[in-house]
Amino acid sequence: MSTLAALNATSPATALTKEELERYSRHLILPEVGVEGQLKLKNARVLLVGAGGLGAPLALYLSAAGVGTLGLVDFDVVERSNLQRQVIHGTGDIGRKKIESAAASIAAINPNVRVVRHELALSSENALDIIKNYEIVADGTDNFPTRYLVNDACVLLGKPNVYGSIFRFEGQASVFAAVDAPCYRCLYPEPPPPGLVPSCAEGGVLGILPGIIGLIQATEVVKLILGLGESLQGRLLLYDALAMRFRELKLRKDPDCPICGTHRTITKLIDYNQFCGVPQASATPATVAGEIDPVAVKARLDSGEDFQLIDVREPQEYQICNIPQARLIPLGELPKRLHELDRSRPVVVHCKTGGRSAKAADLLRQNGFTGVLNMTGGILAWSDKVDPAVPKY
Amino acid sequence: MARFPIPTPLRQSAGGQKEVEVAGTTVGEALAALITEFASLHNHLYNDASKSRSFVNVYLNDDDILCLDDRDKTAVASSDTLSIVPSIAGGRE
Repeated sequence: MSTLAALNATSPATALTKEELERYSRHLILPEVGVEGQLKLKNARVLLVGAGGLGAPLALYLSAAGVGTLGLVDFDVVERSNLQRQVIHGTGDIGRKKIESAAASIAAINPNVRVVRHELALSSENALDIIKNYEIVADGTDNFPTRYLVNDACVLLGKPNVYGSIFRFEGQASVFAAVDAPCYRCLYPEPPPPGLVPSCAEGGVLGILPGIIGLIQATEVVKLILGLGESLQGRLLLYDALAMRFRELKLRKDPDCPICGTHRTITKLIDYNQFCGVPQASATPATVAGEIDPVAVKARLDSGEDFQLIDVREPQEYQICNIPQARLIPLGELPKRLHELDRSRPVVVHCKTGGRSAKAADLLRQNGFTGVLNMTGGILAWSDKVDPAVPKY
Repeated sequence: MARFPIPTPLRQSAGGQKEVEVAGTTVGEALAALITEFASLHNHLYNDASKSRSFVNVYLNDDDILCLDDRDKTAVASSDTLSIVPSIAGGRE
């Protein structure tokens, strides 16, 4: 944590340089901002959890606005499929660490911004140590365990959590955990069971959507720093891109909230994977009974073995790429289309990465099918191991 | 009667519809009518014990009715909108 130690040792700026006066002139002539407000921005420390869809617009605009210190938490590398929405990364960044690519974009926009790199997955072990060095956290993660972790850490440390979340054409935004404001647990005491709510990787997302929601988050961050306007705390903003409609719902602090209510039962960070019912990686052996490797599926097809290969993805995914021998029955339709399958013949199911097909395999087994196998890693693994001509998405 | 705008994550369980109008004079009746029409929504709104899920909120107009003492008996008029607000997590990937 040497970078953080150095960060804390820095004394606040009391003046803007000539270059900064020119750069921020459109802020400085706003009576609500002025030199005083710009200095607040320069001295502010904001942590962005995730340098992806939401993190990209947050980082670009907050750095342009002159937020002095931006912490970035991310451990991924840039993939081509990120570029449709993660505008902080470019085509030339594919394969590069997102944190490095984002830092380079920030430096190109505003070299006055200090970027603190946290190249890791935020966890119960490191979250408090990292977050305590920042004044505001902007949550741009993509999974429920991290959402609850960020919320709880912010509540325990008394830091506002500027929240944004997206799915397909809809987004949500709010400011949680600020003084006397409801927290994420007041809104959603518990996460959905794993698999019930699809991720953007499964369900897709309009590329522009994170731009809108991320910039709502950025606006709230800047307002909090400047002490301006009415914060989104106590309100949940819902955005529907297709209807082009914003709605606002009232949020109340839950007196029974386990972390911010009157009788708190959570006083330290917990195991969020367990809380969200996410299976631990170590508990999953490399080869699970009921699974089959794509190479073995290919061998079975080549040898003319008699089995039914079922693709449980959505029709639009099937259009992108497919295994010609596979028959498409989307997971959602499977319960009412079981009669189309022959119970006397073995079944191999596949999807994009293996998650949905695992559910399909369970469903078939529950309905009395025997000899059901799930193709490990889905069609992406098929592309890697069997047929590189199959495009990945 | 009440209107339920269906949020994107649940649309697949509601026949792809964006909005559903159901009969009922109370929140309870309206929710029951919605589940009767779209059985697969049950999973999203209620747990095994048929208690409402705590990761889905139901709002009457812009008010969270989970906060009301007797939520199911709250009256609804035909001009009312009942919003199901499920938790979503996307943002980084």
